[in-house]
Amino acid sequence: MRGWMGKLRAFFIFSALTLLLTGCGVDNLSALKPKGYGSDLLFDLMMISIAIMLFVFIIVMAIYTFVLIRYRQRKGQEDFIPKQTEGNKALEVIWTVIPIILLLVLAVPTVQATFDLADESTKGDEGVTTIEVTGNQYWWHFGYPDDEISTSQDLYIPTGERVYLDMKSSDVIHSFWVPSIAGKMDTNPGDNDNTMYLEAYEEGVYWGHCAELCGPSHSLMDFRVIAVSPEEYDQWKEDMQNVDPEATAEAQEGQDLYENNCMGCHAIGDGAAGQGPNMTNFANRTKIAGVIEPSKENLVDWIVNPEQFKPGNQMPANLVSEDEASQIADYLMELDHSDVGASASEAEVEEE
Amino acid sequence: MSTALAQNRGLGAMIWDYLTTVDHKKIAHLYLVAGGFFFLIGGLEAMLIRIQLMKPDNDFISAGLYNEMITMHGTTMIFLAAMPLIFALMNAVVPLQIGARDVAFPFLNSLGFWLFLFGGVILNVSWFTGGAPDAGWTNYAPLSTVSPGHGVDYYVMGLQISGAGTLIGGINFLVTIVNMRAPGMTYMRMPLFTWAVFVTSALILFAFPALTVGLFLMMFDRMFGSVFFDTAAGGNAIIWEHLFWIFGHPEVYILILPLFGAFSDIFSTFSKKRLFGYSAMVFATVLIGFLGFMVWAHHMFTVGMGPIANSIFAVATMAIAVPTGIKIFNWMFTMWGGNIRMTAAMLWSVAFIPSFTIGGMTGVMLAAAAADYQYHDTYFVVGHFHYVIVGGVVFGLFAALHYWWPKMFGKILNEKLGKLAFWPFFIGFHLTFFIQHFLGLMGMPRRYWVFLEGQGLEAGNLISTIGAFLMAIGTVIFLVNVVYTSVKAKKVSGDPWDGRTLEWSIPSPPPHYNFTQTPLVRGLDPLWVEKSEGKKGMTPAEPLGDIHMPNASILPFLISLGLFIAGFGFIYQVDNKAWLILVFLGMGLTLGSMLTRSLKDDLGHHIHKEELEKDLEKGAGE
Repeated sequence: MRGWMGKLRAFFIFSALTLLLTGCGVDNLSALKPKGYGSDLLFDLMMISIAIMLFVFIIVMAIYTFVLIRYRQRKGQEDFIPKQTEGNKALEVIWTVIPIILLLVLAVPTVQATFDLADESTKGDEGVTTIEVTGNQYWWHFGYPDDEISTSQDLYIPTGERVYLDMKSSDVIHSFWVPSIAGKMDTNPGDNDNTMYLEAYEEGVYWGHCAELCGPSHSLMDFRVIAVSPEEYDQWKEDMQNVDPEATAEAQEGQDLYENNCMGCHAIGDGAAGQGPNMTNFANRTKIAGVIEPSKENLVDWIVNPEQFKPGNQMPANLVSEDEASQIADYLMELDHSDVGASASEAEVEEE
Repeated sequence: MSTALAQNRGLGAMIWDYLTTVDHKKIAHLYLVAGGFFFLIGGLEAMLIRIQLMKPDNDFISAGLYNEMITMHGTTMIFLAAMPLIFALMNAVVPLQIGARDVAFPFLNSLGFWLFLFGGVILNVSWFTGGAPDAGWTNYAPLSTVSPGHGVDYYVMGLQISGAGTLIGGINFLVTIVNMRAPGMTYMRMPLFTWAVFVTSALILFAFPALTVGLFLMMFDRMFGSVFFDTAAGGNAIIWEHLFWIFGHPEVYILILPLFGAFSDIFSTFSKKRLFGYSAMVFATVLIGFLGFMVWAHHMFTVGMGPIANSIFAVATMAIAVPTGIKIFNWMFTMWGGNIRMTAAMLWSVAFIPSFTIGGMTGVMLAAAAADYQYHDTYFVVGHFHYVIVGGVVFGLFAALHYWWPKMFGKILNEKLGKLAFWPFFIGFHLTFFIQHFLGLMGMPRRYWVFLEGQGLEAGNLISTIGAFLMAIGTVIFLVNVVYTSVKAKKVSGDPWDGRTLEWSIPSPPPHYNFTQTPLVRGLDPLWVEKSEGKKGMTPAEPLGDIHMPNASILPFLISLGLFIAGFGFIYQVDNKAWLILVFLGMGLTLGSMLTRSLKDDLGHHIHKEELEKDLEKGAGE
């Protein structure tokens, strides 16, 4: 009877906790609203640890409150000398052994989850996507070597399957974090490459942050993970492989300016991470530079003076005049090669 | 604080006295003033950070300045505020608790202080010479090695110099506690504070060299063209993280253990009971110190060490919760059945238990390696370590200062003002940091200069900022209390709290030779043992006789000043080799002073029996 009651109570606390915490934060950003395999697993681990910790905390607080109320000095007691207790073996054994047991209860799922998230058993298998992620001050490069696609800032992945990420950095240490899909992993410079995997349950646009101090614009190194259905993902790959970077007549001058001024750093089409973000599908991006609302006005401001948006970034200011920037913007706004994910992006905008 | 002294002998004489003193009680004053000053600077930096994060997309301070602010806040609070304030307590109390007349190496004690102070000053000079360090207090390579300007150079030189001071202090206390205990003061009769300082000193001895090595490598990389951390040239950036945390994790215990000791003494005194489970407490302290070296990589779960290393460090980290839990229960059972007096010191100690328990619990949550992939480098971590460091170390410092203030200065800090300072600080503390756990889980990484609108982070950050202002108010009230007490309060006897340990058996403040006659220790809580047998004070272990004391010396100041000057030479020789002249000047001063110290015999002086008898007649020996 008691055991059953205990389980019921534990279950109740557990579900109340879950309900309480899932009320926290914005959809597609909060680690408390898991939308992928990793974050789901970690959310459960978190709940187990919180439940154990709350159990301990309640016991501590019960003794604490009792002691403070019961044994506080009252008027007339000033000279009372309490018994000088040395200790109590039985009690001391109890509060040594019980915590050890509780920690073991937590240690087992911890080790399981740690190994689970480090699993690379299907990596390299037929049909399993591996994406190269490169952290740069202050933007992200995403390469799909198997499909000869390169892009930046928005990472497209199919839902319902594991996608492996091979991660490194081109400069300082960054950390790739999409709280609602998975935990974070550092991108290191040099040979300390890392691997993790993402598995999104639902379609959507998920917010990503850089989580390792990387310079003045560390807080502005946001990116998105756009999870689309496997069919749409295939469509997107096809769109990206058949990009036609030629501008329409109105934007022809913009394209010339781009090729003369921007191309050195900002590639269009497949290629390794350059000095600056890849522009192939720029007009499909959810944000300019990861944080700015996509409008032509903002884009022109950004091109002329990026420092004002992202302090310390590598792109030189006043490389082109405002008029030229406007023409370049016209060209860049034409680089929308795929409709995939657009509906999800719009949904996000509405939510805000 | 020493206003009486100043009036007697003039300001100049007092300054000279403090510059040359080797008396542990005066060095404690120096540490207290310097540490307190840096605590205020660090607090000011914290307020600027919280104002910047008061609302989304704020531009109160620029991104670059913000990074300097967080770096200096962390570095200042850990190295220049918490460490010296702990050293202030160690100096003020430990020799008294073991019945010694001074520390084992009084000259080194002074040297340790001046090295720390000059190191701290170097670090803060960077604000005025083109920018403070900006790579975080952890100073990860390669962000630090490529950081433009001289900010990180100041970090390296400042911490190297002040770290040497800390190392010297640690060794000094280790030797003091091993060698200088009064007759009968066996290890298992030492007060818990002394025990904690003993373990802490051992941690300093083994942890700081890792930092020293790391800082040297960083110094060579930045100033002399080596490539230890430069991956492009075959170096490895991750090595810095390991070196830093091999030092950095024990550092956390270096900070908290002495306060655990102080809490133990306070709980025991104000419950009028001996410490519950004394031997378990000692064992737990040693165990925490030992395990503290086994867990550094839990700061690096997301670096990519692999699941095996992550799991080992996760389980090892969880193990620390066991001795810490033992301590929490022993403290509560010390109070159980006691006669609890809720003084200001006790109030801070009582508030510490739930606060630190929360910090410990989030610590166990963080130890779960996989779950740390979500917590790591977010505000969850910021919330956690502030619960440990503010809820543990800062609460402990306030408690210990209230407790030992009469011993240090002969006056009790005003109790009403003490409690008035407590409440806004306590409430503000929980307001500031509790919500940060949730901010982290809701997707706010730490060290973020701005957070964007529409991410659900506005309310939490605003609450956090409001809490920070309450903490500032509490701190100001405490300062008012210090001034008020030194002006208004009356002198108290040597034993105002009905104390249990040796420091309460001598006058407040103690004469500079501490004990007229070395006391004979007959058990744990030696003064309590004597009191419970109806005696007024300790039984002496020796007849009244001449006391040998060390001489004051300006050399420690000069040695440190030399390194201070040389520090600037090292930093700026990168720009122009002419600056090397400062290196030669400074090192010349340092080495010259060391040579003087080595060649010149300094045999100290004696305090004669007649003077002691005079002091006794004046009532100092009661």
